[in-house]
Amino acid sequence: MPLLSVTDLKTHYKSRDGLLRAVDGIDLVVERGETVGLVGESGCGKSTLGKTVLRLVDPTAGRIEFKGEDITVLDQRSLRGVRKSIQMIFQDPFASLNPRQTIGEILEAPLVVHKLGDRAERRQIIADIVAKVGLPPESVSRYPHEFSGGQRQRIGIARALLLNPELIVCDEPVSALDLSIQAQILNLLVEMKKEFGLSYLFISHDLSVVRYFADRVMVMYLGRIVESADNATLWSDPRHPYTRALMEAVPDPARPRQAAPLGGDLPSPSDVPSGCGFHTRCPLATDQCRAEEPEFRAIAPGHQVACHFSDHIN
Amino acid sequence: MSTTDIGNFNSLAAGRQAAAEHEVPAPSAATDGPAWSNMKAPDARSQQSAAVVITNGRRALKVFLSNPNALFGTAFLCFVIIVALIAPILYPDDPLSMVGRPFLWPGQNSAFPLGTDSLGRDVLAGILHGSRISLFVGLMATALGLTFGVLVGSTAGYFGGWIDDVLVRLIEIFQTLPSFVLLVVLVAIAQPSATTVTLAIAIISWPTVARLTRAEFRAIREKDYVVAARSLGYGHARIIFREILPNALPPIIVTSSVMVATAILMESALSFMGLGDPNVVSWGSMIGTGRELVRTAWYLTALPGLAIVFTVLALNLIGDGLNDALNPRFSQDR
Amino acid sequence: MAALLQVDNLTIRFPRAEPVRNLSFEINQGETLAIVGESGSGKSLTALALMQLLPRAAQIPNGRIAFGEQDLTKLNARGMRQLRGRDIAMIFQEPMTSLNPVMTIGRQIAEVLKVHEKLSSKAARERAIELLKLVRIPAPEKRVDDYPHQLSGGMRQRVMIAIAVACKPKLLIADEPTTALDVTIQAQVLDLLDTLRRELQMAVVLITHDLGVVAQWADKVVVMYAGRKVEQALPDDLFNDPLHPYTRGLLAASPRLKHDFHYRDGALTEIPGSIVSAVGETGCPFRPRCNQARASCGHHVPQLIVPAADRLVACPFTTSSKAVPHAAALSH
Repeated sequence: MPLLSVTDLKTHYKSRDGLLRAVDGIDLVVERGETVGLVGESGCGKSTLGKTVLRLVDPTAGRIEFKGEDITVLDQRSLRGVRKSIQMIFQDPFASLNPRQTIGEILEAPLVVHKLGDRAERRQIIADIVAKVGLPPESVSRYPHEFSGGQRQRIGIARALLLNPELIVCDEPVSALDLSIQAQILNLLVEMKKEFGLSYLFISHDLSVVRYFADRVMVMYLGRIVESADNATLWSDPRHPYTRALMEAVPDPARPRQAAPLGGDLPSPSDVPSGCGFHTRCPLATDQCRAEEPEFRAIAPGHQVACHFSDHIN
Repeated sequence: MSTTDIGNFNSLAAGRQAAAEHEVPAPSAATDGPAWSNMKAPDARSQQSAAVVITNGRRALKVFLSNPNALFGTAFLCFVIIVALIAPILYPDDPLSMVGRPFLWPGQNSAFPLGTDSLGRDVLAGILHGSRISLFVGLMATALGLTFGVLVGSTAGYFGGWIDDVLVRLIEIFQTLPSFVLLVVLVAIAQPSATTVTLAIAIISWPTVARLTRAEFRAIREKDYVVAARSLGYGHARIIFREILPNALPPIIVTSSVMVATAILMESALSFMGLGDPNVVSWGSMIGTGRELVRTAWYLTALPGLAIVFTVLALNLIGDGLNDALNPRFSQDR
Repeated sequence: MAALLQVDNLTIRFPRAEPVRNLSFEINQGETLAIVGESGSGKSLTALALMQLLPRAAQIPNGRIAFGEQDLTKLNARGMRQLRGRDIAMIFQEPMTSLNPVMTIGRQIAEVLKVHEKLSSKAARERAIELLKLVRIPAPEKRVDDYPHQLSGGMRQRVMIAIAVACKPKLLIADEPTTALDVTIQAQVLDLLDTLRRELQMAVVLITHDLGVVAQWADKVVVMYAGRKVEQALPDDLFNDPLHPYTRGLLAASPRLKHDFHYRDGALTEIPGSIVSAVGETGCPFRPRCNQARASCGHHVPQLIVPAADRLVACPFTTSSKAVPHAAALSH
């Protein structure tokens, strides 16, 4: 039984421009001990997907199962048990910590809410976790603004680990950090994964980070998954034109410059194009793409693509 | 204008002296040093820089105390509060009783330093006792309005949806009525007493607080740390009172100081119109009774009037000071 | 040929700190100079200093910014206003906040033209449409009357670029122009900037934290750390053989797309600590984080030395890149 299993999940919002299809029919599985990378550009719905999995946003349709239990319909009270097992790490280390609480208070609250330990035990748990994420013990009496971005992200990680979760949704955990700090945080996440046997749903727009960090990668465009494969396969044999364009667009010092691989902008999720959502920007688009929605199909074991022409791409 | 450096730069500057004091000896020769990939990264030195950054509250206090206007306001308000507290000791008798010859001008008789009114009542005793009712009404009405307004505003802002719709309609009903007319009607219906006046002022002042609180809550509700709190399974009460409210407080505090001033003015206006508590003296009622004699004995209106002006001014200065202190845009520059 | 812009020993001082110290560099006409650094390195302040748009608390106690004949640090407000937008233009990171939300983009572009080229409203509007075409905004005749919120992030940045190049400036300062944009849009915007640079013979100062961008779009790179220039090189040299320990650390720490390295293979190389450790450092600002630091590094700030042609590095102990295996693996 997979740790997390999401079936045909849809999250739609009503907005001024009409119905916004942030997440529009996604299947997703995270196995125990696995890191699933979710890549896409801003506005593709990846953050909404992360929040829906945590039930911070209510899904419109579909099913979310955690360890076989359907959590799609649980009310907030019944969700409390699940909350301990699924945690989240946020992108902005400046916004995700309450500026008016000390680190000690921030870290103690989850323990109090879930009635773990007495005062002394809680203090010990906090001291342990603070040491584990590489912060000095006196941090607990300090306020968030006294820390640098990297240190705050460590605090965010400590908070996520406190309740011994099994799955952590990481929403762009390093993209707000300076390059020299990113590696520190990525290494810490790997260490914690090994130590606590964690599974990650790792959401990022940065392909090179996902390249390093994920076991399996899903590429998202306009609320849908367009390609899914294990890490090695995806980078060596990408079959969706969007995946390729993304990879080509990342400037790499080891590669000569080439023309921008994609023209145009991401269409609005409230006005999704007909047929294949990518046809407005796709260099290979044909009339078929404009009319017919491609099926998300397996082209090899563990490698699925939603493109009519995936066989012709190599 | 966006520049990424300036934000960082403040903390850098603050850390300067501290870091200099804790000079760490350089690591020995490179070959012996640990390869950096094996090093943990508890940015130890930036910790020291953090030590000199004062916390929000204390920084705000410092800014507030360095503002002469705010200090003057606070001092004057303290003075009024002390006067209100010791008035019954200084003038144990009823200030409404006739104690001397009428129309004594200030300074004419040393027993009545501020003179007497048309009925021979001591003006100084009246002003001192009047401060009690002004402060009582001002503070209590604000406290009540604040409590109710914050409760309604936070509920509406936090939950949103139909709860928000209903509560916003309620707020709008109150805000569309001209507030002073409503106040007069309310007091006219009830028996005028200090309590009913207080309640009436509270009833017309809570919608402002509710609107403000709702706006703050709606903004803060979307912040990541609130999402984080939800993801950790916190209950609504905890999120409202522990996570959101402390962050929403600064503008509410600023508003409340001005609310006290407004309440004092409203009480005075009511008393002036003869709608106040007839059994106690208040600044407004003193002006009201002196009104007809303003040409012959102007001091009867001027003296309680000055008391109102200075108290309200003091409260407004405090409000401005709090605004500067609690508004990060001002405190950053210092 | 004399450099278009020459910065000599520029220091920016705030009441309690000096976020930029003794910075020198030069740019020739038509050249792209990249200034790389993380937040706190002083790169954005340097950009603002070139525009003379520093916050009021900032001073320039010493240094010279020579633009042609003029020293910008000595120029009065009026003279600077005439230069800004006409000879030197700037684009910012956040295209949303740097455009006026209540004015159509056409009018915002026309505004610059009216101020500097004294065009009539009608002529300015015509030019605005031409400029929108130049920055490749589709259907410019229609778009010219749009408000900023009707445009996507990439489009807004194009509008910013249109405003910046409206008067054919000699120097364009781009402060993190693509940081707020997605990778596919980033590629488009950088392409556009480069085309315009060639067509208009502009010099471009590209301020960024992204090494990948630097490698592909710059003619010359300055690496800044804690307000100082620590290394300067041609991009190829910098990436194939970084000399300063900080540059090496950065290159080693960044996961790369084409570089086959996975978390199961091992940890990423870290630079320990953070830039805050440079505060109050009397010696080399990078010393607290450097894996090659020696006792002498704490005595004085290292001078820039010239290890090879077209290169500068502020580290006396720099050796061949072979010392750092990860970085060496990067170079083919």
